[in-house]
Amino acid sequence: MDSALTTPHTHEAHAHEHEHISLPQHRHHFETEEQQREAGSFGMWLFLLTEIMFFGGMFFAYLLYRNWYYPAFAAASNQLNVPMGATNTVILISSGFFMALGVWASEVRKKKTLVIMLLLTTIFGCAFLGVKYFEYKEKYELHHIPGNNFSIAMFVNPQNYPQYPDTYAEKPLAPDMAQKTQIFFFLYFAMTGMHALHMIIGIGLLVWLIIRAQRGDFTNGYVAPIENFGLYWHFVDIVWLFLFPLLYLINRHPLH
Amino acid sequence: MSATSIVSLPDQSTATMPKRHYINNEHGLLSWLLTADHKRIAILYLISITFFFFIGGAFAGLIRLELLTPQSDLVAADTYNKFFTMHGIVMIFLFLVPSVPATLGNFLIPIMLGAKDLAFPKINLLSWYLYMIGGTLTLAALVLGGVDTGWTFTTPLSTHYLNTHVVTAATAIFVAGFSSIFTGLNFIVTIHRMRAPGMTWFRMPLFVWSHYAASLLMVLGTPVLAIAIVLVALERLIGIGVFDPTKGGDPLLFQHLFWFYSHPAVYIMILPGMGVISEVISTFSRKRVFGYSAVAFSSVAIALFGFFVWEHHMFIMGVSNYSALVFSLLTMLVAVPSAIKVFNWAFTLQKGSITFETPMLYAFAFIGLFTIGGLTGVFLGALGMDIHLTETYFIVAHFHYVMVGGMLMAFLAGIHFWWPKMTGRMYPESLSKLSAVTSFIGFNLTFMPQFILGYLGMPRRYASYPAEFQVLNVLSTAGATVLGVGFMLPLLYLGWSLKYGAIAGANPWQATGLEWQIQSPPLTENFIETPIMDHEAYDYEWLENKTKHEVTTVG
Amino acid sequence: MGISPVLWQFLTKWMHGSALFPAEASTISPWVDALYFSLLLMTIFGLVVVGVLLTVFAIRYRREKSPVATQIEGSTLLEATWTIIPLAVFLLMFVWGALLYFRIYNPPTNAMNIYVVGKQWMWKAEHPGGQHEINALHVPTGQPVQLTMISQDVFHSFSIPAFRVKREVIPGRYTTVWFNATTPGTYHLFCTQYCGTQHSGMIGEITVLTPEDYKKWLHESTSGMSLAQNGERLFASMGCNQCHSGNAAARGPNLAGVYGSKLTLNDGSKVLVNDAYLRDAILNPSQHVTAGFSPIMPTYQGQISEDGLIDLVEYIKGLQTNYRVQQTLVTASSDEAAPPTPAAGTTTEMVKP
Repeated sequence: MDSALTTPHTHEAHAHEHEHISLPQHRHHFETEEQQREAGSFGMWLFLLTEIMFFGGMFFAYLLYRNWYYPAFAAASNQLNVPMGATNTVILISSGFFMALGVWASEVRKKKTLVIMLLLTTIFGCAFLGVKYFEYKEKYELHHIPGNNFSIAMFVNPQNYPQYPDTYAEKPLAPDMAQKTQIFFFLYFAMTGMHALHMIIGIGLLVWLIIRAQRGDFTNGYVAPIENFGLYWHFVDIVWLFLFPLLYLINRHPLH
Repeated sequence: MSATSIVSLPDQSTATMPKRHYINNEHGLLSWLLTADHKRIAILYLISITFFFFIGGAFAGLIRLELLTPQSDLVAADTYNKFFTMHGIVMIFLFLVPSVPATLGNFLIPIMLGAKDLAFPKINLLSWYLYMIGGTLTLAALVLGGVDTGWTFTTPLSTHYLNTHVVTAATAIFVAGFSSIFTGLNFIVTIHRMRAPGMTWFRMPLFVWSHYAASLLMVLGTPVLAIAIVLVALERLIGIGVFDPTKGGDPLLFQHLFWFYSHPAVYIMILPGMGVISEVISTFSRKRVFGYSAVAFSSVAIALFGFFVWEHHMFIMGVSNYSALVFSLLTMLVAVPSAIKVFNWAFTLQKGSITFETPMLYAFAFIGLFTIGGLTGVFLGALGMDIHLTETYFIVAHFHYVMVGGMLMAFLAGIHFWWPKMTGRMYPESLSKLSAVTSFIGFNLTFMPQFILGYLGMPRRYASYPAEFQVLNVLSTAGATVLGVGFMLPLLYLGWSLKYGAIAGANPWQATGLEWQIQSPPLTENFIETPIMDHEAYDYEWLENKTKHEVTTVG
Repeated sequence: MGISPVLWQFLTKWMHGSALFPAEASTISPWVDALYFSLLLMTIFGLVVVGVLLTVFAIRYRREKSPVATQIEGSTLLEATWTIIPLAVFLLMFVWGALLYFRIYNPPTNAMNIYVVGKQWMWKAEHPGGQHEINALHVPTGQPVQLTMISQDVFHSFSIPAFRVKREVIPGRYTTVWFNATTPGTYHLFCTQYCGTQHSGMIGEITVLTPEDYKKWLHESTSGMSLAQNGERLFASMGCNQCHSGNAAARGPNLAGVYGSKLTLNDGSKVLVNDAYLRDAILNPSQHVTAGFSPIMPTYQGQISEDGLIDLVEYIKGLQTNYRVQQTLVTASSDEAAPPTPAAGTTTEMVKP
């Protein structure tokens, strides 16, 4: 047996060999810090690819049913609250903007800026969820949540709903077609719900990142977690940027 | 590679156990449960998938026992339905999908690439925990009263017509799915970013290539299954009709989403097995794999084509005749890379210097059985033939030839081949040869009659069947008994060898892979210093020169 | 041999009663079998090639005979060979299989139509003459028979191994399959798609009769009312005739002769009126509004069973003039309001459960 092997060779001793690579976050199994960083962001991109496939299943279902039940999808889509959706779009883009600034702050090692940016990202993220709550509440009141309480009244008799001008102007749907709005709303809740779930997970991670950023973990040159989280957060933004036009805008008429 | 960077090995008779290795590096249960070492995680996986294999196997035994007689007399029909559902779910999601990748792949890929670990060791551990949660949920569904959807969860049966623990089972599959996503992700990043200096793509062992292809499928296919399963669970819980035809939903949409994963899943299962076979065949014929790049590219081709054949599960379901044409054509195309591999393995033997240790026997079994499995797949890909054969025992026989005859044989080949590396000890050779031969005979006896049954029209998933099918079913059950013995034996003698097996030494097979150039069992950090790959994969001349060189320097 | 004669007798009887090859009882069977044997030949050939290669190499180049391996890189020529030859064989099988598929799934125009409804766990067959069968189907030899099938609940699959045909029976849409039986006898009918607890009990018998026997059977098992007659009654009792009265001024289009025609819808698209179209138009009328009419027809989703729908479809198919519609018109006041829209979510009693 080679002598090099028989000498005890512990973890710690091994880590010592790489002492010139100074960061405490450097994992011993990576040769260089560069390699670690590249691996991290490559892994994140792959994970996002997975996420695309995950949402892809629902987008596929959406396209299929939209094709089949176009009038129901148009009517139901027009019932969605565009001002709220638009507000949320702006909120989410702002949140993404602050996240990007956060990544920058981490790169230039400004601890205070980083913490503030992450806080702002969190606040805007929460604001998005808040608006979403009111939207869901509205759907609940209108019995647009799929299930036993679902009601097609608004689509069969839009003339009874003068307080909803977009719907009021719609042509009434035949009851058989109006039933299909349930599928739209199911997909709406499934897609925006899954998106919201991603936001909630993201906010949880943000809190953790803020605590660590406050400790100064990410302003000493170790930016990978912030960068990778930034990728995730932007991905969540981008999903919304597909959801908003597909669910809310696609059937809007020009202003009456 | 310099002679000192790779440890030189004494021959096996004088081999001693190294003092320090990954197993004795730390002690205690927690050191295993919280480990980030890919080798220890591989061992965790090995233990857990073996456990689930025997659970799934027990259900297979019960199924065969029930089918001994035409009437459903051992158990009632609904219990039988639970048996085959549990057999399918356990075997597919908890055994076949993680089998080779999570054990052998986990253990070997970093070493084969010359890395100290996978790119994300903690995520690797996380995926084992996810796997265990998935497994536990499956067991929970089982204990609570079982589930009888069939592993395919066909809607609207699974969503509106069954009263069993579908949501629990669906959650189990969802969670276990993320385990395989993370494993695949880890492998891809590791293969891209963690290769040792000099380890170019075309110097990687074919084992790594096939895992790369399988990982692509895991990462891209599994999330689609995840969402399909989520939609099934939601439809069950809330009762809206995204897959319910009475509410305007399309039940075929579920099938599309499900098979979009579940067909590639077949390749997730078989590709890593093909990687094992490449290593084994090369080692025991002491020859470079014939047509290395053809074998490597055929893995990737299988992965790519594998994504575009899912509709062949639905040829009789009223899909458009023309889309059926396209998918049938693509199915035929995906058969070609498999044929390429088989011929390349066969020609690897040519002018070799062949020995017949147990892994080689399993590899021979693999090639034969996989050839049958693959070619009977062509029956099912041919549209007009599929009409008669689909949903019968022919299809059962076909995929067992691929999954058991192929993947399980490959798994056993790999376990025997790398057992000395993982444990530092040899398995008993003659006993293991006996078990290989037993499994081979038992397997054919079990599943060959099922081809005939299938052509006779015996439908799958039947608890009772017309009396004229009994003779063939009895044969099949008899075969299953032999097969069961063949699978129990390794459990016993491999366990025995942990304590009493001969000390293996670093390179008992005189193989060329980097994993054989380090001590067995390896150190926690795998390599003392980063190896430099200065030769092609399967370079036996390099190995010989190295050994000679070291004999002169050390001696 | 110490085997007891009783046991021996039992064994021979048991073996004798077992099957190894299914009967060929339809015109398509020999075609399927021909492809099957070709594929079998291909498999055996492939297996022999691989087996011979493995055996010969394993014997010839075993360690004792060949102590040193000769390293070979590979061979482009060989790679091309075993890419192109399997590809060619597989493509041949693809073409053959595709031709067969189109043959099995495209019925001849003179096929006689029988309806099949699948439900957990039984098959109901409905002949146009009104003969109903459960888990059984009687068909004549020498006559193409098309089955129009639908499921009331989950996926089923209608499989007759002796005819080599099978088709999924799907909830919510018609699927069809056809065959032309050749040999009188009884054959297995299986449900091959897993459909719940009693899946293996969802079996039946196909009885193939000579045309004379079939006529006799039809005569003996008639229920007195043909499907079309049932449909006609339903047409009146559901109030369909109030709008589809055949009058020029009627609010619904005239249904006489509509079957088989190309209809222009109010969104401008043209559709062929077949069984599936008629069924859909009853259940989802607003998607099937004939050009020039307004979308006032209510949906009958949840109000007519699949059997009732089949009766209606069969009735409308047979309407060649509007004579019978006029006759069944009860109170002819077409100005009356359309039948009331059923309240959403409530299930009224099935007309024909």
